[in-house]
Amino acid sequence: MNNEQIPQFVDLMANLIDLPIDPEHRPGVVANTSRIVQIAQLVNEFPLPEEIEAATVFQP
Amino acid sequence: MKTYPDAIQIAEVVRGQEVSAKSIVAAALSRSACENQKLNCFTTLIADKALAAAERIDAEIAKGKDPGVLAGVPFAVKDLFDIAGITTLAGSKINAENPKATRDATAVARLKAAGAILVGATNMDEYAYGFVTENSHYGPTRNPHNPTCVAGGSSGGSAAAVASGLVPISLGSDTNGSIRVPAAFCGIFGFKPTYGRLSRAGVELFVGSLDHIGPFARSVRDIAAVFDVLQGADPADPVCSDRPPERCLPQINLGIENLRMAVAGDYFAKGAEPEALDAVAKVASALGVKETVTIPEAHRARAAAFVITASEGANLHFSNLKSRPQDFDPATRDRFLAGALIPSTWYLQAQRFRRWYRDRIREIFQNVDIILAPTTPCVAPTIGQEKMVVAGEEILIRPNLGIFTQPLSFIGLPIISVPIQRAGDLPLGVQIIAAPYNEALLLRVAAVLEAQGIVSAPVVH
Repeated sequence: MNNEQIPQFVDLMANLIDLPIDPEHRPGVVANTSRIVQIAQLVNEFPLPEEIEAATVFQP
Repeated sequence: MKTYPDAIQIAEVVRGQEVSAKSIVAAALSRSACENQKLNCFTTLIADKALAAAERIDAEIAKGKDPGVLAGVPFAVKDLFDIAGITTLAGSKINAENPKATRDATAVARLKAAGAILVGATNMDEYAYGFVTENSHYGPTRNPHNPTCVAGGSSGGSAAAVASGLVPISLGSDTNGSIRVPAAFCGIFGFKPTYGRLSRAGVELFVGSLDHIGPFARSVRDIAAVFDVLQGADPADPVCSDRPPERCLPQINLGIENLRMAVAGDYFAKGAEPEALDAVAKVASALGVKETVTIPEAHRARAAAFVITASEGANLHFSNLKSRPQDFDPATRDRFLAGALIPSTWYLQAQRFRRWYRDRIREIFQNVDIILAPTTPCVAPTIGQEKMVVAGEEILIRPNLGIFTQPLSFIGLPIISVPIQRAGDLPLGVQIIAAPYNEALLLRVAAVLEAQGIVSAPVVH
């Protein structure tokens, strides 16, 4: 997804999860989403072995 | 000139009946009420209950009973710890509508059981999402070293209250650096034990995967004393460890002979102002540390912490984000809203990366016992400042004050930020980092530095 598509992603995803975004808040949400996309890239591009499982604390 | 005894000294004079707990608590309340007009550390002061508790402590001592190691010591807690009879605000306007807490958080109850006396709840970034304590609902907390500067956050009120001598000890929470950053900016000790070591029951969570609690103080022995009181299993916090407590206070003067220590290089040696790196060099030199160690992929660890934080934080507040976003602090609202949109696969990848990164750090601790790193990349910025130049590059302040704290709390390592005072200048902090559950070791290192006068936390006038 390129930067120009982020406003569209924000609108669609917010709609999907039924989260109204006030027009006044939208530019800030788009800016923060752009930042998250950029930062998450550092994690997403890093190859992890399949056997690496998230360390949860859930105990049945 | 007024002197400011530490908590252990206060408890000694109270137990020895040299000074009454009531007079100590009354003085703390009166100074706090006065200074709060300038520094805005407190969101609530608890006068009547505190004075009544102090009277009970004095009465017990008069009867020959021992009210505990912190007898008569005033303390404050970040306004996300439940206090029975008071609504927990967590820095928000929304939570002001919540009912009053019916019981004290475990940590508050344990400090009270050790004789300490709660005098107030302290200001913070809304829902702990920030490093500055510039709260749009309750105002900014000011740095006692320079009131035009931030105290740091998100536990800014707790740090400023200790730095200005209003209370000798306080509690904060640390998800990505929220104890260590304000400790560094306010020039005091801030301690974040191992993830799960201390109970968070009765604490308003921010990011359950990363939330810790811990103390602020002006001496290493006070940090150890509070930590010892707070340790112990608690079924009310699913993350709290069942490990038996390890008393640290008796160990802090064991010295540092044969400890393997190194300075964190690479990521932790760039992107900072020279004075932040000088502070690390000063501590390293005092300890005779010459080695450096590379923590791999620290930048990705910070990124993963960022993703988990935004995602879990947004999920926790989702209902209010939907129904009343206008009631959030503008400084947190848009970040929470954006966090709610994060795809699950990104969140899960960040959680899996956490496991991978933890394993690498475990390997490093096979060969080293203690790692040193800067706490912040710079001194406290000015209140209202949005950008700053660090290492020649203009960056946004809010997301970047935690660049050195975030990759370490991400995997729950125990860390103390020790204060470096700089004549005529704002203080800085250095992180002393150990392997999980090695709290005693890093307190020993801090105690050596304190004895040498390299680190200290005098009250700011």
